[in-house]
Amino acid sequence: MKCMYSCQSAEHLSSRRSFLSGMAAGSMGVAASLSPGLGGLLTANPVIAAQLKSGSKRILNVFLHGGVSQLESWDPKPNTDTGGPFRAIPTSVPGIHISELLPHTAKQMHRLSLIRSLNTKNGDHGRGQIEMTTGRKRIPGTDYPHLGAVVAKSLTPENFPLPGHILIRGAGSGSGSAAYLGPKYSSVVMNEGKPPEYTARPATLTVEDDQRRNAFRSKVNDRFASRRRTADTDSYTYSYDQALDLLAARDVFDVTREPKSDQERYGVSEFGQHCLLARRLLEKGVPFVQVNHSNYDTHHENFDFHIEQLGEFDLPFACLVADLADRGMLEDTLICVMSEFGRTPKINSRYGRDHWGTAWSVLLGGAGIQPGALIGKTNDNGTEVVDREVDHGHLFHTILQAVGVDSTGEFDVGGRKYPIADPAKSSIKELIA
Amino acid sequence: MTSTAATEAEPEKVQLDSEYKHARPLTSCIWDSQSRYVFFGAEDNLVHRYDPKEKSSTSFTVHDSWVRAMAVTPNGELLLTGGYDGRLAWWLAAAEKPEAIRVVDAHQGWIRALSISPDGATIATCGNDRLVKLWNANDGKPIRELKGHESHVYNVGFSPDGKTLVSCDLKGFLKSWDMSNDLAARDIAKIEALHKYDTTFRADIGGARCIGFRPDGTQLAIGGMTNVTNAFAGVGEIAVGLFDWNQGKLIQLLEAKEKIRGVAWGVAFHPDGFWMALAGGGGGGWLYYWKGDTDNEFYKFKLKNEGRGMSLTSDNNRLAVAHADSHLRIYRIKS
Repeated sequence: MKCMYSCQSAEHLSSRRSFLSGMAAGSMGVAASLSPGLGGLLTANPVIAAQLKSGSKRILNVFLHGGVSQLESWDPKPNTDTGGPFRAIPTSVPGIHISELLPHTAKQMHRLSLIRSLNTKNGDHGRGQIEMTTGRKRIPGTDYPHLGAVVAKSLTPENFPLPGHILIRGAGSGSGSAAYLGPKYSSVVMNEGKPPEYTARPATLTVEDDQRRNAFRSKVNDRFASRRRTADTDSYTYSYDQALDLLAARDVFDVTREPKSDQERYGVSEFGQHCLLARRLLEKGVPFVQVNHSNYDTHHENFDFHIEQLGEFDLPFACLVADLADRGMLEDTLICVMSEFGRTPKINSRYGRDHWGTAWSVLLGGAGIQPGALIGKTNDNGTEVVDREVDHGHLFHTILQAVGVDSTGEFDVGGRKYPIADPAKSSIKELIA
Repeated sequence: MTSTAATEAEPEKVQLDSEYKHARPLTSCIWDSQSRYVFFGAEDNLVHRYDPKEKSSTSFTVHDSWVRAMAVTPNGELLLTGGYDGRLAWWLAAAEKPEAIRVVDAHQGWIRALSISPDGATIATCGNDRLVKLWNANDGKPIRELKGHESHVYNVGFSPDGKTLVSCDLKGFLKSWDMSNDLAARDIAKIEALHKYDTTFRADIGGARCIGFRPDGTQLAIGGMTNVTNAFAGVGEIAVGLFDWNQGKLIQLLEAKEKIRGVAWGVAFHPDGFWMALAGGGGGGWLYYWKGDTDNEFYKFKLKNEGRGMSLTSDNNRLAVAHADSHLRIYRIKS
């Protein structure tokens, strides 16, 4: 049975499975034969060079799993009945204060903006994760593509040798579904920051055997194509070629290739190294990189755990923002920090906060986003939104429009039209530069 | 002739003596050394002095965050408070209109606990900067910074003879510092039962939530949480590690017979021959009683609400408990 995306176009026939199995069949020898070093290889690659030169937009999405507390991060309410023990500190934007747990991020605030008025009407982890990353209300039986898939499809140049949608996460499960856009746009996962699976030549396959095998495959392909070339065969060939390109560029996934001084600056934590890896991938033109940080589901001892988790988040994240700015990449790279929801203003008897989607915050910045802006407002103790209420649908439109994607348009998949974002929602126009 | 024979404490006869409703949940409490007042901290950045006779309270204002660390000098003259703002403050405990007589920026981050030496001359504080610090109680000058802990230092306490200071951190590492030998450090133990790295949530949970010496100095109790199966939901039970202090060895892990979720937020030895601990957490508030010779309690008493801190009067007859439901409750332990 054919999939709904079988529109006979190359991109829909080039599945992630064939992409990765192609990589599995490939050779490290290819890389060796192309260029002695990654930098040379990538700048020599005309597609990547063109991508970077053209100023194509990219997105970094940092997902704080479990639901970060807005009161301990972006919308502090010190010395109120809900405020908790932490103080608010000034940021580099006069008038904007954030939690004292984020001193390094506070210094980057002039490059970032806050939305303090999300009401997503949801307190369920699974639903929150899906709704925040797809911009749609979850309807059982209906799948919408992850933001990364939409961005990969919209912004990845043709013949780009790297995946357009990469997820860097700690050990665990989960990935970004492409739904009807086709598996080519699903996330390629870097579990624990390691290179994607099947991107190394199997140890049992020698370089020579691999080269002979590829040469034979090419010969047979060419012979077949000369008589019976179709979109299917083109797609098949493309997936192998792309996999070989990726194998040649495998070092792009290796954070240890970054200068030692940078590795130290980002810190020894897993999240720190993942942020540095994200910088490396964005620098190589990958259109969408998501870094997950776990975990913030603090029903118990919320304050201790936010010291621990945000203490790990703050410095590497601030380093990444500063580095993107210093390298001239921030104007082309949109940054978002989101969760599946926020946490209850009410502090429970275990010093915890529970799930809360009624009044919480998201951080944005970079490409297409007004720097230093503050959108929306909650009341004095953070129990409700009192100005400019928005939700995941508005956020999805805003992110896409900020990187130049017309979110009011449609995808044509196999002749069937799919709205890119929720047609009932619109962007937060005043936040778009 | 009047009989002066003291009655023995009978745990099964513990009863609520009085309660005081505050505007915000309480975080901690301590009797002053003459049992005139109960000082308590709350989720309001203030310290409050409750007078049980007048049934009224007075606020002490200087901290910029919650306060859990408090102690009163042995002569009852001074109250010391340490806040999550990192400040250490000196107060005249009985002042009609209390004002801090000294405030020191003592730690980077939270002060989690403080202790005053038995002679009242030295204050020890500990906090999230992984340090233990000693201060001159009279003039507030720093004496020494004690380094060695590698995680947040959760608690600190002087031995009854004042010769030793002990400290214990988030990961359950218990150290002693020799007050008579240039503060030489000694690693006593890692209390494995009181710490866990939760691999699912990728965070440490544990630490010494309470600390107490037996008045004769022969035993040390360190309380917290054990058997944690879900750090972020608080699924774990109370436990108190009991040390033979002469040998520096863990001799018993005091636990609850019935597996009720909670954390031990207070521990004290009652001179009638038993250890008491306060539990607060998902399973409600409880007072546990152990003889110390077996793992499980010989009695437990259900409190009206989750407990977050406790303190015995100097005559050991009454127990003040800081509750999460915004109440300070005073329980009669013995008549």
